[in-house]
Amino acid sequence: MAEVLVYVDHVDGAVRKPTLELLTLARRVGEPVAVALGAGAADTAAVLGEHGAVKVLTHDASEYADYLVVPKVDALQAAVEAVSPAAVLVPSSAEGKEIAARLALRIGSGVITDAVDIEAGDEGPVATQSVFAASFTTKSRVSKGTPVITVKPNSAAVEAAPADAAVSELSVTFSAQATGTRVTGRTPRESTGRPELTEAAIVVSGGRGVNGAENFAIIEALADSLGAAVGASRAAVDAGWYPHTNQVGQTGKSVSPQLYIANGISGAIQHRAGMQTSKTIVAVNKDAEAPIFDLVDYGVVGDLFDVVPALTEEIKTRKG
Amino acid sequence: MSLRIVVTVKYVPDATGDRHFADDLTVDRDDVDGLLSELDEYAVEQALQISENSDDDVEVTVLTVGPEDAKDALRKALSMGADKAIHVEDDDLHGTDALGTSLVLAKAIEKAGYDLVVSGMASTDGTMGVVPALLAERLGVPQVTLLSEVSVEDGTVKGRRDGDAASEQLEASLPAVVSVTDQSGEARYPSFKGIMAAKKKPVESWDLSDLELEAGQVGLEGSWTTVDSAAQRPARTAGTIVKDEGEGGKQLAEFLASQKFI
Repeated sequence: MAEVLVYVDHVDGAVRKPTLELLTLARRVGEPVAVALGAGAADTAAVLGEHGAVKVLTHDASEYADYLVVPKVDALQAAVEAVSPAAVLVPSSAEGKEIAARLALRIGSGVITDAVDIEAGDEGPVATQSVFAASFTTKSRVSKGTPVITVKPNSAAVEAAPADAAVSELSVTFSAQATGTRVTGRTPRESTGRPELTEAAIVVSGGRGVNGAENFAIIEALADSLGAAVGASRAAVDAGWYPHTNQVGQTGKSVSPQLYIANGISGAIQHRAGMQTSKTIVAVNKDAEAPIFDLVDYGVVGDLFDVVPALTEEIKTRKG
Repeated sequence: MSLRIVVTVKYVPDATGDRHFADDLTVDRDDVDGLLSELDEYAVEQALQISENSDDDVEVTVLTVGPEDAKDALRKALSMGADKAIHVEDDDLHGTDALGTSLVLAKAIEKAGYDLVVSGMASTDGTMGVVPALLAERLGVPQVTLLSEVSVEDGTVKGRRDGDAASEQLEASLPAVVSVTDQSGEARYPSFKGIMAAKKKPVESWDLSDLELEAGQVGLEGSWTTVDSAAQRPARTAGTIVKDEGEGGKQLAEFLASQKFI
């Protein structure tokens, strides 16, 4: 069976959930061979093996942390040359897309980004994408070279599929471009203790109607009662009420959780682009005419300052 | 010292319009009003700010690849304050994918001459966000992308990239390719004076032969990806809407419980 390369997104050896989802999709196309780079790379093998990786290629060097993107492209290219895979799958993070695109260009292959599903096809993997603010669904494939496809978080279930995960060291020679962009400082994000926005099963968001940074506390309280991530509309972020890293929408994160709760969000196209593919959508808004109500499975027309705290209390009561 | 900045911009269908696909599964650009991609306005803005903050002799050129109407996007950028514009237009470009677009842009950037390329974070239609990285790869220069802050001094570009896990300070020597996010600073509105001045600014038109490219390297034929189908997403079925008369929170909790979220 053909091998499929899966680029591993991990933090010091802790594999992030979207990579495990990729392993599920990779197994539809071939045998997953994982590529893990940087500090802690070898520590990823156990969890990758539990989810279907037959091999894990690892390489650690200071270049991965000290320079932007290109060292990782060099390594992934080395892996492609070593394995001759049927496809290369990369998580659709900002960096993942940049790595995938540069790799594709180097190996003379087409690239598809932001797939939400992958199936095996007669002419190679078929990628499903959600486009034009999720108003259209397309099916595409790479018609030249080794398909390079980036996949969005929450596109597949994480499945246990024990495999060998035989670890071997990847041999990497860095290119002349590898050291072009220096990372001169790095400030890790402070953990909120909440799930990662793009990976969360439930997202609770606040918009213009929240009317102030201090009022986001009630959005956070609802999120915490459900074990959810907190999102914000562009209006709320532009007003400085919540960090940009939490922005849901075209220029922020695109999320596809099981449940999305929009509070005080009108539902402009910019926002819909980032949440329209959520499985269940719920909204609370004062304005009965707000376009968000066109999307909802359940909507409450009312003041979020009444409805949201009452909902939080009720959830806490029910959960005991 | 002089500094030559090339800003890549895209003319896109208005995201608030009824965007759809043409029969050949390319983006329909005829039936929907187009405009300068909002995310590229931030690139124009940062290029102009770099120019204004520099002691060097800075020239800002805006570059687009697209059909005749794409001149509107160039005109907007010129009215914001860019110095000149280049329009790459050729019938054979129809259906070009991101890799092909990066080829055409890279050839045009090299022909124009550059020290710094500034792009937006993504287009608002394709939304791939990979062209800046591809330009850096093709031009063989550093990629300093997705910046929410950018500055240029003494032949070095510095910026801040706010990633998911960390915020990074980046630095590279010119020439380089930069992309900026919508967090980099509100784009200016063209002034009346700017709009009038833009009419007199030069707009060069180049075709594929000017860039020594063949038709087969671009367009649908030269694309390394194929779209097999595009279907409108079914409208979401109308949900239940209730008016809060004191029980809204409880009713919502009841719904969430019925869906097993509680």
